[in-house]
Amino acid sequence: MNEWRNFKEGSWTEQIDVRDFIQKNYTPYEGDESFLADATPRTKALNDKIEDLFRQEREKGGVLDVDTERVSSLLSYAPGYVDKDNEIIFGLQTDAPLKRTVNPFGGMRMAKQACEAYGYTLGDKIKANFEYKTTHNDGVFRVYTDEMRALRKYGILTGLPDAYGRGRIIGDYRRVALYGTDRLIAEKKKDFQALAVGDMTEDVIRLREDVFRQIDFLGKLAQMAAAYGDDITKPASSAREAAQWVYYGYLGAIKEQNGAAMSIGRTSTFIDIYIERDLKEGAITESQAQEIMDQLVMKLRLGKQLRTPEYNELFAGDPTWVTESIGGMGQDKRPLVTKNSFRILHTLYTLGTSPEPNLTVLWSKKLPENFKTYCAKVSVQTSSIQYENDDVMRPLYGDDYGIACCVSAMKIGKQMQFFGARCNLAKLLLLSINGGRDEVSGVQIGPKSEPMTGKLDYDAVLKRYLEYMQWLSRTYVNTMNIIHYMHDKYAYEKLQMALHDTNVERLMAFGAAGISVVADSLSAIKYGKVTTVTDDTGLVVDYKTEGEYPKYGNDDDRVDSIAELVVNEFSRMLKKTKTYRGAKHTLSLLTITSNVVYGKKTGATPCGRKAGEPFAPGANPLHNREHSGALASLSSVSKLSYKSCRDGISNTFGMVPNMLGNTLEDRKHNLVSIIDGYFKKGGHHLNVNVYDKSVLLDAHEHPEKYPNLTIRVSGYAVRFGVLSRKHREEVLKRTFFEQV
Amino acid sequence: MTLKQATEKEVYGYVHSFEPVGTHDGPGLRSVVFLSGCPMRCKYCHNPDALSFGGGERKSASQVAERCLKDRAFTSGVTLSGGEPLAQGEFTREILRLLRKKRVHTALDTAGSVYDEAALELAGLVILDIKHTDEREFEKLCGYKMDNTLKTLQFLKRKKIPFWIRQVIVPNITDGSENLKALASLSSGAEKVELLPYHTMGVHKWEKLNMPYPLAGVKAADGELMQKCNAELKEYINGIERA
Repeated sequence: MNEWRNFKEGSWTEQIDVRDFIQKNYTPYEGDESFLADATPRTKALNDKIEDLFRQEREKGGVLDVDTERVSSLLSYAPGYVDKDNEIIFGLQTDAPLKRTVNPFGGMRMAKQACEAYGYTLGDKIKANFEYKTTHNDGVFRVYTDEMRALRKYGILTGLPDAYGRGRIIGDYRRVALYGTDRLIAEKKKDFQALAVGDMTEDVIRLREDVFRQIDFLGKLAQMAAAYGDDITKPASSAREAAQWVYYGYLGAIKEQNGAAMSIGRTSTFIDIYIERDLKEGAITESQAQEIMDQLVMKLRLGKQLRTPEYNELFAGDPTWVTESIGGMGQDKRPLVTKNSFRILHTLYTLGTSPEPNLTVLWSKKLPENFKTYCAKVSVQTSSIQYENDDVMRPLYGDDYGIACCVSAMKIGKQMQFFGARCNLAKLLLLSINGGRDEVSGVQIGPKSEPMTGKLDYDAVLKRYLEYMQWLSRTYVNTMNIIHYMHDKYAYEKLQMALHDTNVERLMAFGAAGISVVADSLSAIKYGKVTTVTDDTGLVVDYKTEGEYPKYGNDDDRVDSIAELVVNEFSRMLKKTKTYRGAKHTLSLLTITSNVVYGKKTGATPCGRKAGEPFAPGANPLHNREHSGALASLSSVSKLSYKSCRDGISNTFGMVPNMLGNTLEDRKHNLVSIIDGYFKKGGHHLNVNVYDKSVLLDAHEHPEKYPNLTIRVSGYAVRFGVLSRKHREEVLKRTFFEQV
Repeated sequence: MTLKQATEKEVYGYVHSFEPVGTHDGPGLRSVVFLSGCPMRCKYCHNPDALSFGGGERKSASQVAERCLKDRAFTSGVTLSGGEPLAQGEFTREILRLLRKKRVHTALDTAGSVYDEAALELAGLVILDIKHTDEREFEKLCGYKMDNTLKTLQFLKRKKIPFWIRQVIVPNITDGSENLKALASLSSGAEKVELLPYHTMGVHKWEKLNMPYPLAGVKAADGELMQKCNAELKEYINGIERA
């Protein structure tokens, strides 16, 4: 086949196996960044236009335009362009850039509210169409129990994907480029036939219908691309086509679904194989190679979804999490770093900094030094990338996994995730002390027991807490089972799942917020003196905390071990309840930006945190409780076990530039040492921000002066200026280590 | 951690402060231990609160070494600074010995005011701060004789112990050509020569201690002056290397 000319054959030619293709054909690169080229004139012209569109969007309050008359899908729009003559990678979600679409399959109420929030009204035609249609949201609420509703209402379980698309599924978009849709359809048809052999159990029937719909949407994808003049029924035959085919796959997915976090996977090293072939054939120059990546990235930056203000409160800054996983090591010990790993990071310079795509470096101590120092340089200069520990993930996920959203690892095309947002472990502690009553409203929402009052005893509180945790774990798993049953039934991701193996492995990702608050509170009870303060109904509404106690974030085992215990217990308890479709239980310590909302809904805690005050993000120590410096803080977080938290442990870390040294050269090398050290200690994820706090303070007061200031918040990046005042204040409260 | 056998004798000393992530005293990220006490009285001392002996916290050498080892995953090594670390010789030697046993790179940041061959030989790197190259000016600036500093320098060269040379550039005191020329020649064999700009960020500490600041009115060395001095020094060093 001409499209596969000069590629080394392997099992990938016989069956769908992108990893095998990569392993047989990629060229590791150990050199430095000196080969990189600048943006081409047409890229610059196009980028100026896009930046101007972003400016207009900001000025209009965050949304440029909404089409309220059409339901988004692969074929509902004619081709759209930004500036056709300057584009080399094509495709928009609608017929115009930044025009958002409505996708009511997740839930009608959210779609309506989202339109109204930006001054639009959902069209009658869509309303009529959905009048007799059950949405995912309808389905879930038909089945929810009273207890589940209460847990949701009072903020023990928050942000559940029961009214919006669950996301966190990575289609293997590379398959479109490597095989073309004809071959993919042929393979799926084989699977469909194979499912006709045995008994028609419920599982088999459901899967056969799934595959039927997958095949249907692969056909639609090809039609969508044909409208742009590209024939993706065949494999890509050049670097531009490879990037374009990958992007068509992704574009189809975001047209079809409004999922919370729809990540692109691990594509840059894959695309590098095509670039290397074109370079060898003399078909393109380095400048054109960069142009392909620049234009792909520009398109990824344009992806937008229509969401409600409540949604934005949980996930601030209008993120889409087009997470691209870069680098990592191969199982044969060759680095998976290619020249294209550099090119995609270089887009932060050719196009300027940006939160999307969410550039994620899979870090191993064995990565080439040149690549490590380049990444560190990019971090020091742009604060736009995050790091995740390949050395702890590779043994579990192999060397062709990708990160969905912020920290969720999955084998690309072989595993998918049932996203489960998170539960508020700090609020659960208050609930257990109160014998099942909500500390804010006084309503009984959990099993009833005698409230604990007076001076609190550590052993008694811990015992009680774990009993309530057992109860919550079971209800949490069952809630998730309902959500994902209904999502599969009413808002199934046909295209994304078409780009997975038919017999996919499923992960069910639970989450926990408030771990630092729980650890400090239990530590205060154990090492200090904590007495309850009750109101006249006997409800514990506050705590009197006396004496010093060890605080999480200071590398003090007395309290760090409490955090470890709580996380390990929770992880263990979740596994006791059976999951929908046999999914594997996983757990994350990640809040995105919901740490602010969680704090708002949680009463005063025994650690001395006042009612309503924000939590720390992810697994971070609570604001201003880290007194022992940056390394101690990192050491504390690194003690939490990835084995218990296989869906990730998020740590957002801020430093002032001087902490890293006086010169760029010093800063690069010292940042490499910090990342190496953190991961050597078993840490999982690190968001790196390098800023003088004065810059952020100024940007807080005058956001208009810093339209492009990008900051890593919690597993993703945002433009600082688009955060709400409350979220900006929370970021400013965070510790920026400046010990010099 | 069992750095020390139960039968071994603990060595105690005084620590002024601990900095978990230093980037200015030696190669890479370093744990920096500031030891209390210094026999010199430099007019521009930026740690006057570390001058007195017996100040700070009393700690054992193994406690200090263990604290440093905690951050080992992140750091390139440990720097002992002060005060004057060599003024607490036994303590300093013991810390260096314990860290060496754990294969941690050590640096000794000293002005050479106390001559201690054994300590110098234990250090992985010696950062020698030569306050001035002229004997009389040295005494005027530091209230202390220059002999031990020079003896220390000779010893480092003779034993081929890796060393860096440092000097603080104070306007009108150390920025003259004679001094820089002499510094270039003293620095032969050094891995690195660093000129540090004199700053006034330590002045408030003198005020807090109710001590008159001897260099009141002298301005901080600005970027321009540092550029000039660095260029001049480089020229002298190149001249020596060519010769």
